[in-house]
Amino acid sequence: MAENGDPVLRLIGLNKSFGAVHVLRDVDFAVRLGEVMALVGDNGAGKSTLIKCIAGIHPIDSGRIEFDGRPVSIDGPRAASALGIEVVYQDLALADNLDIVQNMFLGRERRKGIVLDEASMEEAARRTLARLSVRTVRSVRQRVASLSGGQRQTVAIAKAALWESKLVILDEPTAALGVAQTRQVLDLVRRLADTGHAVVLISHNMNDVFEVADRVTALYLGRVAADVARADVTRGQVVELITAGRSGDLGLAPRTAAESI
Amino acid sequence: MSTDIPGKSLAAGGAADGGEAAMALSDGDFAADRREHDMRSALRDYRDRIRSGELGALPAVLGLISLVALFAALKPDTFLSKGNMANLSVQALPITILAMGLVFVLLLGEIDLSAGVASGLCAAVLAKLVTDAGQPWYVAAISAVAIGIVIGTTIGWLVSVLRIPSFVVTLAFFLGLQGVTLKLIGQGGTVPVRDDVVYALANKNMPVWLGWVLAAGCAAAYTATQVLRRRRQRVRGLHSRPLEFVLAQSAVVSAALLVSAYVLNLDRAPSPLITLGGIPWGVLLAGVLLVVCSFVLGRTAYGRHIYAVGGNAEAARRAGINVTRIRISVFMIGSGLAAISGIVAASRLSSVATDAGGGNTLLYAVGAAVIGGTSLFGGRGKARDAVLGGLVIALIANGLGLLGTSAYLSYLITGLVLLLAASIDALARRRRSTAGR
Ligand SMILES: Nc1ncnc2c1ncn2[C@@H]1O[C@H](COP(=O)(O)OP(=O)(O)O)[C@@H](O)[C@H]1O
Ligand SMILES: [Mg+2]
Repeated sequence: MAENGDPVLRLIGLNKSFGAVHVLRDVDFAVRLGEVMALVGDNGAGKSTLIKCIAGIHPIDSGRIEFDGRPVSIDGPRAASALGIEVVYQDLALADNLDIVQNMFLGRERRKGIVLDEASMEEAARRTLARLSVRTVRSVRQRVASLSGGQRQTVAIAKAALWESKLVILDEPTAALGVAQTRQVLDLVRRLADTGHAVVLISHNMNDVFEVADRVTALYLGRVAADVARADVTRGQVVELITAGRSGDLGLAPRTAAESI
Repeated sequence: MSTDIPGKSLAAGGAADGGEAAMALSDGDFAADRREHDMRSALRDYRDRIRSGELGALPAVLGLISLVALFAALKPDTFLSKGNMANLSVQALPITILAMGLVFVLLLGEIDLSAGVASGLCAAVLAKLVTDAGQPWYVAAISAVAIGIVIGTTIGWLVSVLRIPSFVVTLAFFLGLQGVTLKLIGQGGTVPVRDDVVYALANKNMPVWLGWVLAAGCAAAYTATQVLRRRRQRVRGLHSRPLEFVLAQSAVVSAALLVSAYVLNLDRAPSPLITLGGIPWGVLLAGVLLVVCSFVLGRTAYGRHIYAVGGNAEAARRAGINVTRIRISVFMIGSGLAAISGIVAASRLSSVATDAGGGNTLLYAVGAAVIGGTSLFGGRGKARDAVLGGLVIALIANGLGLLGTSAYLSYLITGLVLLLAASIDALARRRRSTAGR
């Protein structure tokens, strides 16, 4: 399954403005099944706006979105999840008073008649966690409040993987975590891709990017500065792409980079 | 669930546990789900849960036991008399039913200060319809509940659509609805409730044999559901509670049911010439409501969504749950049950006065829910909390009444008990957050 064939998601010439502010300019972006695509860029570069366009939260002004090779319009969060797009936002949005299974199925509970089908939900949650080799959870019936930051992130990610989603988007999943927990979450991100999902990882952290990403897309003031294989770039080059929009012969033409400012 | 040590991995958690059972499962994940329990580890689990602020029904049950012991020691003849026990069960009914509705509202972290006077208004409507308009009891009862639901819908709409804090909306309703009741009944008046069925609710008892059949049937059904559910969970390799725990809980519930049936079935007639015994019909009504509310909260998607909105409204919204609809619905349930509570209160007094449901009715009901274990912070609570807490409140009122305590002391003591319950809630919450629950 994990092959770098045709992209599962492809954005072509995407533009998005908020009033007079032109936030995304002619953005091309693609991600394949089995691949971790790191989306990097300085604060305000447009990363969150880009994923919100993919998640159906913001309508796009112009450009095309193709999913599985077919042109689609994503006109709401439900349309996104119907396509198989799941987003893990930075604040995770888990209900502390519910347990892991209940959180993973929140809003999409399985029922038998009017009664919740707890058994089948618990089995499915356990299967998903096992598939992702999540080994840190003592009980799937633990309240989420009792979990550590890394475990909470793990649950949020597993929740996204539960829905046979094709594309999982993670917004800064390691931002609030310590070293050991970052390790766990990065392992999970890798396994997510290895089990056939396409993954978009937003991160500020070069270590994270170079550890798990297959490709890197750098946004600079709303433009794509580069879309490169990780193996083809150095950390220094990625940092330059983030801060200046170009690095050597990579990135935006000098004039474009300059006029964007 | 056993010792929950936040931030520790499975291996470390298992080792800290020290149990051989935990070690045997080092091969897989979810060790706590699969661990075999013996009596000792089950008890240890329970102790750990209490310690980490997961108190459940324990404070309310302990409170009930100590209050009964206290009043039985102080007033053995009157308090423990058969007549008083029956009286107590009826005394607790209106508060319990009102509190059950409030549990839904409190689960969202909201409050309904108008529930008491809403129950009074609905009772007044009922009384007017049966006594003045000569309507049959069911027409009157349905109208009363319908008015309750309309009140709740209005409150819910103002709270969830206009986003006015529920405290303010329901304070306004608290004042306004009293005016409506006053207008309906007339200054200083009361309306008698002349209807056999409504009267029977709080004043007539079911046959003794029926009481036994219901109590035994409920005890058996409860135990069977619990044990069978555990068995199913074991067969499918799901998380299950220790057998000892399930059996102990079933034993306590069954004992409570059977002892209540026994006490209420004793002949309590003041004269040997007649017999008077049996469970008051209103207790059956409260029991049915308890089962229905517990089912809705615990077993349906709707109930799950109530907990989710109470725990994290933003998470619920992103999960596609219609938060506005859930908000409106809990106020509808709260006021609907308030109407039923008003009907029971009207039955008990055989009349409805202008101040019905006023005074401290509402505060007693909120107190009952909190004493039972429902959190004022939202997201935690069960329908049974209303029953346990309602009994505690009724016991205090009843016992202090028998002791002839002056009114000022009764207020003070009830206030203190409420404060105590709220402190336990706040402390348990602190405990949970430091224990990482
Ligand atoms: N809803 C909005 N309305 C107006 N401007 C917005 C909105 N969302 C984002 N922006 C602007 O778009 C730009 C990109 O923001 P964002 O996508 O959040 O960047 P990033 O996530 O890369 O830090 C910023 O200049 C920000 O102020
Ligand atoms: Mg951002």
